[in-house]
Amino acid sequence: MNGTSLQYRIVIGLEVHVQLATETKLFCRCRTEFGQPPNTQVCPVCLGLPGALPVLNEQAIALASRAGAALHCEIASFTKWDRKNYFYPDLPKGYQTSQYDLPICANGYLDIPVGIEGGDSIDDAPVSQRMRKRIRILRAHLEEDAGKSMHDEHAGRADSRIDLNRAGTPLLEIVSEPDLSSAAEAKDYMTEMRLIMVYLGVSDGNMQEGSLRADANVNLHIDRDGTTVATPIVEIKNLNSFRAVERAIEFEVERQKSEFLRTGLTKGQVPKQTRGWNDVLGQTELQREKEEVSDYRYFPCPDLVPVILDEAYRDRARQDAAGTPTYYRDQLIETHQLRAADAEVLIQQGRDSVEYYLALIANGATAKRASAWMLQDILRYLNDKGVSIGEYPIQPPKLAQLLKSIDGGRVDTSQAKQALTLLLEHSDWTAEQSIDALGIVRVDDSEMDTLCDLLLSENPDVVEKVKAGNAKAVAALVGQAKKRNRNADPRVVQELCLKKIAERS
Amino acid sequence: MIDPRFTVHGASRLLASGALSSRELVAFFLERIDRWNGQVNAMIAIDRELAFESADACDAMRDRGEAESPLCGIPIALKDNLCTRAYTTSCASRMLENYVSPFDAHVVERLRQAGAILIGKTNLDEFAMGGSTETGIFGPSHNPWSSDRTCGGSSGGSAAAIAAGFASGSLGTDTGGSIRQPAAFCGVCGIKPTYGRVSRYGLIAYGSSLDVAGAFAHDIEDLALILQCISGHDPRDSTSLDVPVPDFQAEVKATRAPLRVGIIREHLDSDGLHPEMRQALLEAIEVFRSSGATIVDVSLPHTKYSIPAYYIIAPCEASSNLARYDGVHYGFRADKTHSVGKESPLEEMMESTRSEGFGPEVRRRILLGTYALSAGYYDAYYLKALKVRRMIRNDYDAAFENVDLLLGPTTPNAPFRLGEKVNDPVQLYLEDLFTVGANLAGIPAISIPIGRNGDGLPIGMQLQAPPLQEGTLLAAGYQFHRESGYQPTLPDMDGMKS
Repeated sequence: MNGTSLQYRIVIGLEVHVQLATETKLFCRCRTEFGQPPNTQVCPVCLGLPGALPVLNEQAIALASRAGAALHCEIASFTKWDRKNYFYPDLPKGYQTSQYDLPICANGYLDIPVGIEGGDSIDDAPVSQRMRKRIRILRAHLEEDAGKSMHDEHAGRADSRIDLNRAGTPLLEIVSEPDLSSAAEAKDYMTEMRLIMVYLGVSDGNMQEGSLRADANVNLHIDRDGTTVATPIVEIKNLNSFRAVERAIEFEVERQKSEFLRTGLTKGQVPKQTRGWNDVLGQTELQREKEEVSDYRYFPCPDLVPVILDEAYRDRARQDAAGTPTYYRDQLIETHQLRAADAEVLIQQGRDSVEYYLALIANGATAKRASAWMLQDILRYLNDKGVSIGEYPIQPPKLAQLLKSIDGGRVDTSQAKQALTLLLEHSDWTAEQSIDALGIVRVDDSEMDTLCDLLLSENPDVVEKVKAGNAKAVAALVGQAKKRNRNADPRVVQELCLKKIAERS
Repeated sequence: MIDPRFTVHGASRLLASGALSSRELVAFFLERIDRWNGQVNAMIAIDRELAFESADACDAMRDRGEAESPLCGIPIALKDNLCTRAYTTSCASRMLENYVSPFDAHVVERLRQAGAILIGKTNLDEFAMGGSTETGIFGPSHNPWSSDRTCGGSSGGSAAAIAAGFASGSLGTDTGGSIRQPAAFCGVCGIKPTYGRVSRYGLIAYGSSLDVAGAFAHDIEDLALILQCISGHDPRDSTSLDVPVPDFQAEVKATRAPLRVGIIREHLDSDGLHPEMRQALLEAIEVFRSSGATIVDVSLPHTKYSIPAYYIIAPCEASSNLARYDGVHYGFRADKTHSVGKESPLEEMMESTRSEGFGPEVRRRILLGTYALSAGYYDAYYLKALKVRRMIRNDYDAAFENVDLLLGPTTPNAPFRLGEKVNDPVQLYLEDLFTVGANLAGIPAISIPIGRNGDGLPIGMQLQAPPLQEGTLLAAGYQFHRESGYQPTLPDMDGMKS
């Protein structure tokens, strides 16, 4: 057996922990703001002091059920809280309040685009033919986060400190079936997951602050002498960037491959391993091997009452989950006929950008022109300034006005861009004012009338062509009109000339 | 007739009339504590300065006509598993020996708002686990009626404090009988309210689905006054019931239709019930009958399973509730200088802390609960116990279809000797036979004194009612004491057997 001839399939399941965008913690009213001085966002409840009791933050239920709806899950009509018992210094109560056998959401799926990277042929295909892979979701349950331990072991002194600001922050743990079959798919899954959560306001999706973290269960199914054998499953803990997910799995696949070639050991022959990802060295490292699953002695939390979600509540969750990236992709591609690649750039900008774009169209801009301007001028501005679309100085109706004046021939594209620059500088100006400021003035009707009469009398050949049924021939007059009066509106010239020809015949 | 200064309503009337000041009342109790607490060991912390300060404030309020609550200026003692900012809250455990809570328990808050004086904290079994108030670090409390006897537990200190006349009223907690049994042993009244009637916020958890705070006093009127103060919804406890609280004063004395009293056959015919206790109960039943009550035999067929169910459920919850005491964040931390094993220093510290910080009974119950919740045992123990609990509730539901309340003994025996059962846990657990049912079912129950045995030791009677029917219990207890001519008395403390 040698490495090059090894036939295998990669099997990956992801557990994604999404930090919910509640203002306060899951079971107390402490704030969840990131980056505050240690132990300043704590109270007797999240410190686990004797006698303190948890009280559910209902906002977490609303966000979790919304997320579940977006992932096509069944939302439980009855869900409850269980204690997961284990000792750890940053777990102040000695148990984590979680959900064991009755999670709030179960049995859903997430479709990931396949081959989205560099796949121009796929991106250009109609939406109905675009390749999507369905990743099943086993369950999604709510739980409280633990605190943070910080170890400072320099100078031979083991100095550990604990910050409990994060303790009690609500997490939604979303567990996939092992349906992912490459590191790239895992990364796409995580990317799409984040996008959904951010679109629906379920999470701020801030990766640097740990708002989305994943554990990956990875192994290989290898063809050996006509049968399939599996390598031992390895759980890679705490992957907190898309890149880490991808790199860790890539590394792990190679490691398991060479481990299998070296030892031939298969699943069940060695204990399940937990490995950590070392981002600096680019490798997974053994954390612990466990003979069997830890015994967390789950039992229902007697301090909390079960949560009943009636049909109306679950319907509401499904309504609140309507604005997914998929919904907007369909809008952009199906309704407004954007190229898939362009639509995706816009989608990745976030829901507010897409909404901005749709508002341009609602205000009369054409889909094509609006997308060109969004993807070039506006994105460039936002990137240069490092601001979000919410901070863009020009509101959609005003920009739509400017775009319409291009369509109407009032200005050409380069004039419109000059006008845009002026609009960015003068927030109180209307689109019309910025066009006027460029010296582009509207020619009055009688002047246009005279001009068109002159053009028609000077160009009988054009008149004949139009009369013969070739209305497009009138375009030849636009250039001449512009020479005589640079402010002449090409659209008005064409319309007026056609009208006059029709009247004469 | 008892000196009116001993009772809440008696002292309250004296205060209102101006015949007594709260300062004088506090001084009266402190003097008794000074004199006799050495032999009773009911109080484990008192704060004179705080008591007098609060008394003066109450007296001033009264002068201004602002003393609205009947508890204003009345000294109340608190079981030391109820969180107080003013005192350490130790649970009689080395683990929390020096622990001061940054907040007051809901019940403590309510007492303070009413102007009650927090005269001190009372002794208990460690973390409320026990029935004799002898497992804690402060040593045993002694029964004021007989010094070599237990005052019961786990709220033994709070019961003994009333019997010995150290406070007008006291608060305890009841997980499996921890208010009713010591009330019976000390010859005082004790009430365990409906689960959820009184907030658990600040009650240091033992068995969260069973725990409830309640009160001790010399008579029913006093119980009603204290219960009134501590009852009611608290949004900080998710299991607190959001229901109206009746006027218990009015309920006590309201004219009622003749009661239908159910006699629990499994309790009265129990082999373990001492003949003297049975005789006293039969006489009590006659008092009810002669006052017009209908007496009916009822059955709680699953009674015999209540002890096993309780001793699974409570330890399971305890094993988790007490996991927080690991030496990391607060409380006792073991000096980790010995043995260097394969474990990390951290794990070693946690292990030593929990081994040294908890006493044997607490460790026993944590181990029981940990075992019963473990993979492979969960269904056979915890899940089974929950099923039994459901059946016991059904028994009560069925019984209450025909009766207003259930009557039976509080304990099988008179108070046993200190040291007699502390090393025989199973014998001690069996003492809870009559009381754990109310906790498993979540219903209210009281224990009231009905007489003494041949040794002069108190005998208690337990009355149980459907959920939220505390008023029925209080009314029945009041009526019984009136009909039977019962008068609260204090033991002769100077002549206390020792």
